[in-house]
Amino acid sequence: MAAMFSQNPLMNGPHYATTDAPKTNNYREHRFYPYTDNGGTTLAISGADFTVMAGDTRHTAGYSINSRTEPKLFKIGGTTADQHDATIVLSVCGFAADGNALRDQLDTICKIYRYRHGKAMTANACAKRLSTILYGKRFFPYYVHAMLGGIDEEGKGVVYSYDPVGSYERETCRAGGAGGSLIMPFLDNQVNFKNQYAPGSGVGHDLQERERRPLLLNEVETLVKDAFDGAAERHIEVGDALQMFILTKDGIEEKILPLKKD
Amino acid sequence: MDTLVAKYSRPAFHNEDFKDETEELMNTETPLSLKFAMPPVAHPSQWLRAATDDRSNPDCPIKIAHGTTTLAFRFQGGIIVATDSRATAGDWIASQTVKKVIEINSVLLGTLAGGAADCQYWLGWLGMQCRLHELRHKRRISVAAASKILANLVYSYKNMGLSMGTMCAGVTPEEGPALYYVDSDGTRVAGNLFCVGSGQTFAYGVLDTEYDYELSVEDALELGRRSILAATHRDAFSGGYINLYHIEEKGWTHHGFNDTNPIFWKTKLEKGEFSNVTSALE
Repeated sequence: MAAMFSQNPLMNGPHYATTDAPKTNNYREHRFYPYTDNGGTTLAISGADFTVMAGDTRHTAGYSINSRTEPKLFKIGGTTADQHDATIVLSVCGFAADGNALRDQLDTICKIYRYRHGKAMTANACAKRLSTILYGKRFFPYYVHAMLGGIDEEGKGVVYSYDPVGSYERETCRAGGAGGSLIMPFLDNQVNFKNQYAPGSGVGHDLQERERRPLLLNEVETLVKDAFDGAAERHIEVGDALQMFILTKDGIEEKILPLKKD
Repeated sequence: MDTLVAKYSRPAFHNEDFKDETEELMNTETPLSLKFAMPPVAHPSQWLRAATDDRSNPDCPIKIAHGTTTLAFRFQGGIIVATDSRATAGDWIASQTVKKVIEINSVLLGTLAGGAADCQYWLGWLGMQCRLHELRHKRRISVAAASKILANLVYSYKNMGLSMGTMCAGVTPEEGPALYYVDSDGTRVAGNLFCVGSGQTFAYGVLDTEYDYELSVEDALELGRRSILAATHRDAFSGGYINLYHIEEKGWTHHGFNDTNPIFWKTKLEKGEFSNVTSALE
């Protein structure tokens, strides 16, 4: 019950920064509060030789939609403004202003690395660096759930996910943001085959778990769309459009798909 | 507190002439210079607590990942380190596959409990300091020295909101097997066995009963595993996989990252333990 009401925007009035302050001991001090929750959901799935990163493009503040076309996924580390030779994608979900600031920081650092070393920054090096950048604001955190997608040095897809202060881990898949808790269980079952057993393989404890295998690109694309359609049905802050990046060793392809606008 | 804030923060509109932001980004010495951005408020630590600490404020907006049951004990064959792998952010299980044993170097291990980011960052920093020690003094650092470096660092951030309960474990020629518990309050104690985290009391129950310095390596590994299993069974914030390490003088060896669920059923069916767990509803 408490979980349902703690994010209830009605109780916080119009969503300007002055009224976003959290309530401590049932009193809310009237002062400037530096954070706003802009909603949204992001998703990343890694495959044998590709990574898919996706995010909806709805930007909210309380019950209002500020924009239906505000991206949360950004290409990082390219030498030009359109990032055509970028090799890494950053997704940021939570407080959009902090997300944009983090993107600018990371992009600058990746560019400087490329100019200094004469080659693009590897995904794992960028991942470690992002952790340090986030921890640099340990006492005034970036209010974002960040994820990094790329291709590792062996050619496999790679996804790293972060908490707001920089704790990170390499994973096969991760859903973050407002709809993260709706999508993650779906991914546990459909990507990692959790709680799925081979039918007829035994009785009771002798049942064998379904064998995990890396998914194909078309399977992942369908999964991602289905996951967002499901989240958009049941979470008010998810919807409008789905921005998808497909990363392979040949480059990054962008796809925009429609989601429910209600 | 105010002197610390003054030491680690920059005034809002400082002199833009000599060092602009891009130049600061290009300065690669940033990781070791320990400069942290501070919120522009009168009482930063209070503000941070309101924004991130879910014990003092369950409605806090920023949920930081917390880690949970870890244990380590010394015995005749070296040191056993065992952890679970669950990370929670509030009531949400953020991950079931977190690596809570951090390999500081090939002979030293650190464990992660409390704030995951704090442990990951400062244990990585400790690894750098250990390497610098080796380069300066031409010999491996002792566990006592390594744990002291960490404890002193963490003490300088006392009351600023760091949350870490970590153990430094290693085997060196001068100390033998050495185990220290270091936490974010500045505590540093040596000992034979420690359990740290929200599930520590459950793990102590099993570990204290069966612990013996003369255990064989196999029995010690099984004891570590069984203690973590007890904690994951009773503590909601612990679970996932059991991560086991054994440290000897030549270095540490990893003994598996195994799912608790099959281990639970194996223990129940083969050893007859956990008899209060049944499939019947009453």
